[in-house]
Amino acid sequence: MNKKLWIGSDNKIVPVICMITFIVIIWYGFSIVLNAPWEFDKAKRSSITLSTTELVSQTWSQKRPKLPAPHQITKEIWDTTVNKKVTSKRSLIYHGLITFYETIYGFAFGTGLGILLSIGIVYNKATAMSVMPWIITSQTIPILAIAPMIVVALGSAGFSGLMPIVIISMYLSFFPVVVGMVKGLKSPEQLEVDLMKTWSASKAQVLFKLRVPKSTPYLFTSLKLGMAASVVGAIVGELPSGGGGGLGFRMLSGSTFGNTLHIWSGLFSAAILAGSLISIIIIIERVVLKRMALET
Amino acid sequence: MTYFWAAMVFWILAWMINIWIARQNETKILNLFPPILFGVSVMFIWEASVVHFDVSPVILPPPSAIYYKFISSIPILWGDFVQTALKGALSGYFMGCGAAFVVSLIADRFKFFERGVLPIANFLAAMPIIGIAPILVMWYGYGWQSKAAVVAVMVFFPILINTVQGIKMSDKIHRDLMQTYNANYLQTLLKLRLATAMPFIFNGLKICTTLSLIGAIVAEFFGSPIRGMGFRISTEAPRFALDMVWAEITVAAIAGSLFYGGVVLLEKKITFWHPSQRGRA
Repeated sequence: MNKKLWIGSDNKIVPVICMITFIVIIWYGFSIVLNAPWEFDKAKRSSITLSTTELVSQTWSQKRPKLPAPHQITKEIWDTTVNKKVTSKRSLIYHGLITFYETIYGFAFGTGLGILLSIGIVYNKATAMSVMPWIITSQTIPILAIAPMIVVALGSAGFSGLMPIVIISMYLSFFPVVVGMVKGLKSPEQLEVDLMKTWSASKAQVLFKLRVPKSTPYLFTSLKLGMAASVVGAIVGELPSGGGGGLGFRMLSGSTFGNTLHIWSGLFSAAILAGSLISIIIIIERVVLKRMALET
Repeated sequence: MTYFWAAMVFWILAWMINIWIARQNETKILNLFPPILFGVSVMFIWEASVVHFDVSPVILPPPSAIYYKFISSIPILWGDFVQTALKGALSGYFMGCGAAFVVSLIADRFKFFERGVLPIANFLAAMPIIGIAPILVMWYGYGWQSKAAVVAVMVFFPILINTVQGIKMSDKIHRDLMQTYNANYLQTLLKLRLATAMPFIFNGLKICTTLSLIGAIVAEFFGSPIRGMGFRISTEAPRFALDMVWAEITVAAIAGSLFYGGVVLLEKKITFWHPSQRGRA
């Protein structure tokens, strides 16, 4: 391990560990405070008085706590991943895989479309002038709100299952890619474009040998944003789809039946899913940019 | 049939005009035309295809039907707008932005805290925070308070990251100048560092306008009193009343654009000195 990471003024690990410890302690504290009324109520009904240790241990092990303690969530995630069959509807891996597929398909289609459209915008001025303002305006519109409508409309048109959710996820990851890639493809300076011209490079050559390599850092930035957006799209898309499954569905059913542990474990798995997908992009980004000698 | 071909001809004509405009010298008024023509032709093709291909209004209502629905149900839409956009999104936006601003000032003062908080905030900002909605709805009930809480949590991290980054942006030479003036911490913060941070803070504020509406609408899917944009969308969609859903989306679009536009106007007033603002004038 790098020594500078641990000691020195730009050390990050010690403060982060301190912060996380602090958050966990606060969390345990709050789970006592928030869950205590229910315990007092129960004790009152069976007319016993609770000692402090009893109270604390009981607030940390309720079945449907207002705020579950971190160890309860960890245990719930462990129970529903390792101790359940993957094919079981109670398994978090089953729901996680559904969300994963929706995210990946949506992300792939959204990114592909976004890159194609950004090339169109950079090369065709009429497209740029007519489409670009709409793309920017559409960023100010809460697009996620149409998710249930797309699910219902496509469902009644005969497309059910993953497809409507993939479309929502695609739609959300599409915009960061377009905006980032237009910036990236336009990032070569006039001098560089002129140089390509003196070599009498064709349009395709300018695109693939100058613009595409130059836009790579922008591409990775937008890929990260797009991936985060497509996870959100997949989860929100699952909400109205009913019995389809997925982490969003799991959270919704947890919320309907008041099963807080399901909500929290769903939330944490969604975070783990998004975190690992984005980390994969970050790793690819590091390798690629290093090989292209673009690393800053 | 003729209707459809008329729309196609209109679209091709509009596209040719756009190509012609693209070849002209750029002027401000001329630049307005391509997006308008594009939007109008999309509307035309939408209307014409729905009529021509006899698309059921359950799948996609034509723009005219959405317009009539919008006009005829303005009182309902206004009630939903007040519930979701004003009570839920706007109050949550102010709470979240205010809290993030205070925390970023603390982070600026205590470097240890900043080094601990920033990586966590960066990580959380990329997470699907919207998933916290069912929990907060359970805690704060079905009213607008739970929506405001969801919005506050969602806008917190982008503002925090942008403000902390922005406060750091002042040049060393400027800070030295403040020191030669014998300015204390507060004076340096107010007169130099926060002023330099303003473009960054506004960047965060602009991102969060859309986030706040999304948060408020999606939180309503998890439970809501009998009004609100999210409530209306989630109850009308399964009943196949898609014209109402689209009217609600129109409201969301208008609200989002107004909110965004308001922040942009404020930005122009406050950061008039910034090169990106001067260049546009």
